[in-house]
Amino acid sequence: MIKTREGSRVVADMAAQCKLDVVSCYPITPTSHVAEELNRHYSNGKFPEYITIEAEFSALSSLIGASATGARTFTTTGGQGLLYMHEPLGSASGMRLPIVMLVGNRAISSPLNIWNDEQDTVSQRDLGWIQIYCKNNQEAVDAIPQAFYIAEKMLIPVMVCMDGFLLTHAVEQVDIIDEKKVHAFLPEYNYPLKLDPKNPVSLGVYANPTHYQTFREDLVKDMEKSKEVILEAGEKWEKISGRSYGLINGYKLEDAERVLVSLGSIIDNINIVVDELREKGEKVGSLHIRSYRPFPDEEIKKALTGKKVGVLDKAISIGAQAPLYLDVFESLGKTNTEISSFYGGLGGRGIKLKHIKELFEKLKGNSVKEWIVSEPPTKDMHEVKK
Amino acid sequence: MIIPHAKPGTSISNKTGEWKAFRPIIDESKCIKCGICQRMCPEGIMGKKGEVPKIDYNYCKGCSICVNVCPVKAITMERVEKE
Repeated sequence: MIKTREGSRVVADMAAQCKLDVVSCYPITPTSHVAEELNRHYSNGKFPEYITIEAEFSALSSLIGASATGARTFTTTGGQGLLYMHEPLGSASGMRLPIVMLVGNRAISSPLNIWNDEQDTVSQRDLGWIQIYCKNNQEAVDAIPQAFYIAEKMLIPVMVCMDGFLLTHAVEQVDIIDEKKVHAFLPEYNYPLKLDPKNPVSLGVYANPTHYQTFREDLVKDMEKSKEVILEAGEKWEKISGRSYGLINGYKLEDAERVLVSLGSIIDNINIVVDELREKGEKVGSLHIRSYRPFPDEEIKKALTGKKVGVLDKAISIGAQAPLYLDVFESLGKTNTEISSFYGGLGGRGIKLKHIKELFEKLKGNSVKEWIVSEPPTKDMHEVKK
Repeated sequence: MIIPHAKPGTSISNKTGEWKAFRPIIDESKCIKCGICQRMCPEGIMGKKGEVPKIDYNYCKGCSICVNVCPVKAITMERVEKE
């Protein structure tokens, strides 16, 4: 059914169709409307439990408990809220609990900023959660049932990342798949080690030096294996919806000489520029990395070898190179592919079509690593000289 | 695929005694069987009340509380030589 509705609300509608058991949220900009809408669905009897909780740390912690009893669980957060979940993020993946979370990507304080970039989720990439990045609201809505499918099959929690405001507050037409079809797509959730007084077990217990690393090795192995399940979920979803999803999404890639690579909503803007430049005869293309963790290095190598590549990061690693750039650089290792790193668009600073055109222009020259200085402040800032 | 978990009673396989660098040694001739060290041992591994303490070194972490509470100074700490 086609709906014209705000991104965060329509994502909540889809989550409520996924036979949820327990939802626990602490609303935060930019995903407050997801929590609000989930609460409405709970009031209408769509799912049995909504925990109104005092903070993000407890929101995820309560879901760790709920998930361990065999409940299907969902939460939402973004920015500072995700950082406050930092510790239980590692606990959830270490206990192999298939929690699904929608993140509205938001900048990190300080200075305080509620607008979009991807510093929050990118900074949490090493904690054993699968991260799916969505380039528009349709992708975000479709990603929710797929996230449950992937999480429950691999017993690894999944973060669905959609850009705050740019997507969460955008009103678009979205095709929302019928509830019955979603139920047919999603198998019953059956956690093999449910907390049960008749057969007691402890989860998240102490592991001594001889055991601990073995569990980590296993998680790393399964994270790698989850690539197959992400593809499998995408194929199954395509049969229902007609929209295909994979680990990466290339646009006019095959004969492209210059390619911009990125995560999230910026890709749709890049694609508009690609179309414009193609009309002028320039061979350009784009690559959307949908699955950032697990990182599809083989697929990226296959797609980008021999091209002039620019990696656009809306996140930085302070004191090192941009995070996505480093991963792409590593994937392309010894292929002699020229790679540039562009980073910026932080805290909601717009990267518009004209800026993307400039980036494609820069790719003609030698590789560079530089800020995207789009729309800098026009007034002098109050610098304190030391 | 492994889900890290433990069943009741299985933590006994975690030989936490491996952590210690020093271990307590009891001089039986000095011991007055007062039971103070047995009460104060955080691991509860110093044997039965009314007897000379028998330490289970598999779980003794070497905290030396027993040494500090012994009224007749019958316990001393000795370095554990590791391979």
